[in-house]
Amino acid sequence: MSAINLTIDGREIEVAPGTTILQAARQLGIDIPTFCYDPELAPNGACRICVVEVEKARALVASCVAPVGPGMVVHTESDRVVSARKSVLSLLLANHPLDCITCEKTGECKLQDYCYRYDVASSEYVGAIKDLSYDDTNAFFVRDMNKCILCGICVGKCQDVVGAGAIDFVKRGFVTNVGPGFEDPIEDSSCVFCGMCIDNCPVGALIPKYVTGKGRPWQTESVPAVCPYCSLGCNINLHIKDNEVIGVSPVEESPVNRGHLCVQGKFGWDFVHSGDRITAPLVKSDGVFVEVSWEEALDYIVDSIKDVQSRFGPDALMGLGSPKASNEDNYLFQKLIRSLGTNNVDSYTCHCHASSVDGMVEAFGNAAATNSIAEVAETGAVLVIGANPEESHPILDYRVREAAQKGAELVVAVPDMVKLVDVSDHYLPLKQGTELALVNGLANVIIAEDLLDKAFVEKRTEGFDQFKKTVDKYTPEHVAEITGLTAEEIRAAARAYASAEKAAIVSDAAVNKQTGGADFVKALANLALLTGNVGRESTGVYLPYGENNLQGSADMGVHPNNVTCYQHLKDEKVREKFSRAWGVRISENYGLSAAEAFEAGKNSGIKAMYIMGENPVACGGDKAQIADYMKNLDFLVVQDIFMTETASLADVVLPAAAFAEKLGTYTNSERRVQLNQPALEPPGEVFPDWAVLVELAEWFGFEWDFAGPEEVFAELASLTPDYAGISYQRLSEGGLQWPCPADDHPGTKFLYQDSFSRGLGLFSAVEYDPEAEAESDGHSAACCTSGGHSCRCLSETITRRSVISAFKNSCCV
Amino acid sequence: MSSEAEVADINQDIDLSQVDSIVEPYLGKKEMLIPVMQKVQEHFGYLPRPAMEHVARRMRIPLSRLYGVTTFYAQFKMKPRGRYIIRVCKGTACHISGSPKIAERIEEILGIPGGETTDDLKFTLEEVACIGACALAPVIMINDNPHGRLTPDKMKEILDSYE
Repeated sequence: MSAINLTIDGREIEVAPGTTILQAARQLGIDIPTFCYDPELAPNGACRICVVEVEKARALVASCVAPVGPGMVVHTESDRVVSARKSVLSLLLANHPLDCITCEKTGECKLQDYCYRYDVASSEYVGAIKDLSYDDTNAFFVRDMNKCILCGICVGKCQDVVGAGAIDFVKRGFVTNVGPGFEDPIEDSSCVFCGMCIDNCPVGALIPKYVTGKGRPWQTESVPAVCPYCSLGCNINLHIKDNEVIGVSPVEESPVNRGHLCVQGKFGWDFVHSGDRITAPLVKSDGVFVEVSWEEALDYIVDSIKDVQSRFGPDALMGLGSPKASNEDNYLFQKLIRSLGTNNVDSYTCHCHASSVDGMVEAFGNAAATNSIAEVAETGAVLVIGANPEESHPILDYRVREAAQKGAELVVAVPDMVKLVDVSDHYLPLKQGTELALVNGLANVIIAEDLLDKAFVEKRTEGFDQFKKTVDKYTPEHVAEITGLTAEEIRAAARAYASAEKAAIVSDAAVNKQTGGADFVKALANLALLTGNVGRESTGVYLPYGENNLQGSADMGVHPNNVTCYQHLKDEKVREKFSRAWGVRISENYGLSAAEAFEAGKNSGIKAMYIMGENPVACGGDKAQIADYMKNLDFLVVQDIFMTETASLADVVLPAAAFAEKLGTYTNSERRVQLNQPALEPPGEVFPDWAVLVELAEWFGFEWDFAGPEEVFAELASLTPDYAGISYQRLSEGGLQWPCPADDHPGTKFLYQDSFSRGLGLFSAVEYDPEAEAESDGHSAACCTSGGHSCRCLSETITRRSVISAFKNSCCV
Repeated sequence: MSSEAEVADINQDIDLSQVDSIVEPYLGKKEMLIPVMQKVQEHFGYLPRPAMEHVARRMRIPLSRLYGVTTFYAQFKMKPRGRYIIRVCKGTACHISGSPKIAERIEEILGIPGGETTDDLKFTLEEVACIGACALAPVIMINDNPHGRLTPDKMKEILDSYE
């Protein structure tokens, strides 16, 4: 169909057929007021504030729903239009409290703005007014429905985008209201406190509690930041007044969260201002921590580590980097530990993440998520298995929902009924721990019914024959017995996944022994390889991590065997490159992994440990054993924002700056490197991790010359081909997804378009192990299959000190 | 006994297996929500909360949406109703002939305002638009029985005639 030409306010424009008058006007920069219009919700033309005059049309038309027509002549501010808008405003004001003087929304209230614009000071209509009581039942926000103008955007977000379904229009006529079923308090509803109703409310009906009385919008500064919780790395704006965060809003144009948030991003930042923050270096003396100067603390650390290394050798030291600290922090951390002559550097992340990394590396050659988060929404079929994104990665859950709404076949294979089932086509309530058997069963059906992508299997993969032999045993009937499903359900799900032109698999990096660990991840990769659903847009395997910078800390070489971006230390050229760049000799010895170091009953030979922003004692498999291990060290230094369970066992505790207090980059689960601006001055004697590490390096006698994180990043980018084209200058305009090898490279949206990191994709013959369930330890049993949260021990360290600990449904508390 | 306590007591006796048999043919058919709720109401006489919650769960529809639908349509009753439904005609002819006084008198006798149900679940008092018996104005219906040419002093006797 050809484009349509029309005139709006005397200006001509050409737009695609189906464009609404509102959209066309916005393209011209003409501001038509709206209340009930939201670009991602179906327009309903309810509020009538967006009416415009179309020449030759009988009545005014609602521009949000009226499509453009050829030759249309539109007036957006004619006398008729203005008069109609005044009436609409007057009708709204007739039943709206005019307490703007104290209303928190003043300054960013659409009703106020439009009344100002059209000079409507009071209502010409007199009638009944609503007198509803506040809903003040929850820890997060107040609902004052007397101010609600019934635009319905909150309902759309809650029902369609988030899927929480907590609120809807209730009753009708004058008493129509927005609220939960039976008008229960919001606290008792299915509300997930994502705050998106608040962010999108045009008036002051929904007010976050933290903001009350703290400041007007025009008094606050908005600083872009990256959410410090899960690995999706949502873009947020921190609202700052007097060195205090008084609110958070999502970044509308973010490619990651597109104006969406969850409870953690919206409400979880208050830990930054917790009274529990460590604000000065602490040294333990007679079992009690005393505050000391930075000089004393650094002196003590340098002497103690030198002493241990001189007595037991360089490999008696181990460093644990942090999946919550920035890339720069982690890069410098492993640089310092390696400069001290050992490769004993790792991250003590939950061991279930490690199995997911192993599985992905074996199949594809790289652990990173194959595709971008936004691509899920455009896929043709989604298999959700071994995960509950609703709790662990809500933004990903929203994208899965969006895909389903756009017509994707949705298969949800989880033991417990989750919200996503509401919009699924295939719900497979399988027995916990039988996920791997089901995945093999799906592969069996796909092969048996000839639904595989033969060309892809032939050209891009290896190991098919052995794999086929294994899954041949997993007939739908056999798998039905194992999983408790029916053979027909299994067949239907396999057809749904394999028949779509593009299909994606959504799971969680926090897979555990119970679901089959690395083998389960390999089975998922098999399915993607079998159907050619990898290496193309809107396909792939999604295994998002729990921690915000787990991807980045791994990229930065916080790993015993590789330096930045998986450059392996067994490669002499890599050792040479880094040795030359750093001016030190990098050890040829492999380092110990955290798991090896902490293995019960083994003498790892570690005598001193430097832990930056991790809390192994609280999240280890055997907490008591790890605590004993820490106590038996000759020297332990912990750098953290709080006195964690691990820090309390240290000889020296160094305070660290929180995310909002430092400049740095973070890499999310889709390999997107994003810049986080400092919004606050750190409290007391607190410095960012990178600055502490630079100072410490100097005390050790290394000649590091970094004026700031930007220079640290420049160094790491120069040594890391995948990051080579990324710079702070480019990042200030938006995140970049690695591999980004050159300054003019746009970054990589999805991986493996032409080949896998390991060459061919590898099929793995993996078997369901019925014993695994019995073997699983207490830690992993609680995690992963129905939500990855319990692995997120570091998050717990901060959520415990946040209002979000009040959210009873939040499993990270 | 307050009507809320009454509702709570009655709700305890809701037999959800009855709801199951109503819902089952409609699983996966969210567009059939209104007929389902009509059948549930037919069974219980109103929409008990436990039944609503059960329908929401089984049909995978948020409770808020279900409640939104059932409170939008006047046909759905969220509270138990009496054995006898009194419908006071408020049409023009009845209004002119004194139906407000009739309604007032019934409210006085039963001790409930329009729209409510007596604690013993005997009567529910409703006002309706014209019932099409203007010749009998002012007129009321009690279940299917019309009573016409009323005066306030006749009301006690009429109501007492219902056991």
